[in-house]
Amino acid sequence: MREITVLSGKGGTGKTTVTAALGTLAKNTVFCDNDVDASNLHLIFQPEHIEKGVYLGGWSSTLHTEKCNHCGICILHCQFDAIHTNEKGQFYINKFQCEGCRLCERICPMHAITSKQSDNNEWYISKTRFGSIVHAHMGPGEENSGKLVTLVRKKAKEQAELSEAEWIINDGPPGIGCATISSLSGVNAVLIVAEPTQSGLHDVERLVKLAQSFDTPVFAIINKYDLHQGQTKLLQTYFQKEEIPVLALLPFDEAMVESMVAGQTITEFAPLSMISLELKKAWQELDKLVPHRKT
Amino acid sequence: MSFNIAVVSGKGGTGKTTISVQLALFLSQKEKRKVRLIDCDVEEPNDGLFFPDKKKIESKTIYQSIAEIDINKCRFCRDCVTYCNYNAIVVIPRVKFAQVEKTLCHSCGACIVACRHNAINEIPEPIGLVNSYQINSRLSLMEGELKIGSPMQTMLIKALKKEASNQKSIMIHDAPPGTSCSVVETLSDAQVVIVVTEPTPFGLHDLKLTAELLRDMNKPFGVIVNKAGLGNNELFKYLEEEKIPLIDSIPFSKEIAAKYASGELLNKLDEKMISLFSIWWNQLKETEAK
Repeated sequence: MREITVLSGKGGTGKTTVTAALGTLAKNTVFCDNDVDASNLHLIFQPEHIEKGVYLGGWSSTLHTEKCNHCGICILHCQFDAIHTNEKGQFYINKFQCEGCRLCERICPMHAITSKQSDNNEWYISKTRFGSIVHAHMGPGEENSGKLVTLVRKKAKEQAELSEAEWIINDGPPGIGCATISSLSGVNAVLIVAEPTQSGLHDVERLVKLAQSFDTPVFAIINKYDLHQGQTKLLQTYFQKEEIPVLALLPFDEAMVESMVAGQTITEFAPLSMISLELKKAWQELDKLVPHRKT
Repeated sequence: MSFNIAVVSGKGGTGKTTISVQLALFLSQKEKRKVRLIDCDVEEPNDGLFFPDKKKIESKTIYQSIAEIDINKCRFCRDCVTYCNYNAIVVIPRVKFAQVEKTLCHSCGACIVACRHNAINEIPEPIGLVNSYQINSRLSLMEGELKIGSPMQTMLIKALKKEASNQKSIMIHDAPPGTSCSVVETLSDAQVVIVVTEPTPFGLHDLKLTAELLRDMNKPFGVIVNKAGLGNNELFKYLEEEKIPLIDSIPFSKEIAAKYASGELLNKLDEKMISLFSIWWNQLKETEAK
């Protein structure tokens, strides 16, 4: 079984559209949406939940005014400046600033602070027309997205082992922070969807450095390559220098958005379009090139 | 007087940077205000790319204090393990092993309070840079640049905002995509929020998450629909049903996309943007006056 993660650095370059297209192309695959923060793959896959559960996320603390004696020990110790005084002179904890370390709760001599873990996150194992998918819904403003990514990947792996799948394909998050780190650690390869813009190149460079620090092989697809030939050339030169194979050049095509509106993958919506043909070729290449060894 | 505006999006690639940069140009050039643009997308900071003539003033390394256990003083009692709510400490008394996992430590100081043997020290670990630039006499830019491999993006945003705080300027915070803790940190003290979205099913889905977060945080916000003409009308219907103010919509054009690609678009204030921001800014000033 091989596992790849589709990433981009910059948001909105076409990660999910490409991942969805692989749904039609890759057989015997378990899909996993690692963009738990703003997940979109389910909009195309229209999954039917088979199993779901609550993921206990970050902690947050609450101060109970009636027990508080205003000693201020909690304010002194809070490293996140999350405890404030309201207009009545009472202490309170700003839940958006609290990082859930529970130090205030442990040191409060009046036992006036309690903490609880957020239950505003759910994970799902679902059936789709392309096989199974593991995905999650994270409550807005939640912490620990990296841990939730680790959880959905673990569930996807269990599914893949059960069904003796050949592939796990992860639709990754944007950026290079904790969620991205969690989504690329230990995969066989990373597939980058890049766009030919100045920001696109800058963001890809940072992402490639991150993947290289994990010794993960990287492959690339350039999306909307015809929007700016000059920037595409710069991307190609960069990928060549880093010895990253560019597997496909996808032209800009409004059919991309139209397929999304229709709830279909681009390969379902326009099977004979240039994009679909290029993606088919890219998938055959990936199947050949992605090593069986995990990093 | 200082005023905080945050530009967020939910979905990536909808045009946050374009709007942030154009708004900074509008307020500094047309309204003659002192403006500080703050790039809080520390994982992938891009605002600076659009100001090739910027002058770097300072680049400051930001450190996180990581707990470190002094093995000579440690009695392997595991009190620190009990206090650490991030499972960042491993202590195995049998083999006299005690270590803090750097990438999990949140620098909360709980283990130090827990330790009765004075065996825990804090050592500084770099998590990234805060870079300051001067664009012209009225416009400055500050950005956070996360060290590659560091998972501490939210901590860096917090440090960036502290460094960037300026009583005399209008501050524009360009947020990272998504709706998680790093976005919350970016807009925690914004007085008004601009949401940039696109009229596609992905854009609508992520807009709903963003709206839920902003209502939960009690932030007044308006929406700019970028790339209008692509996708469908569902998003506009949603805005109407939810009575969310639509600031304006910007039609999709391949030429604009190509200009953005090269970086040209953002160099100077766009005519269309002037009228878009003028109406919005005047309304904002009126509400403030009331």
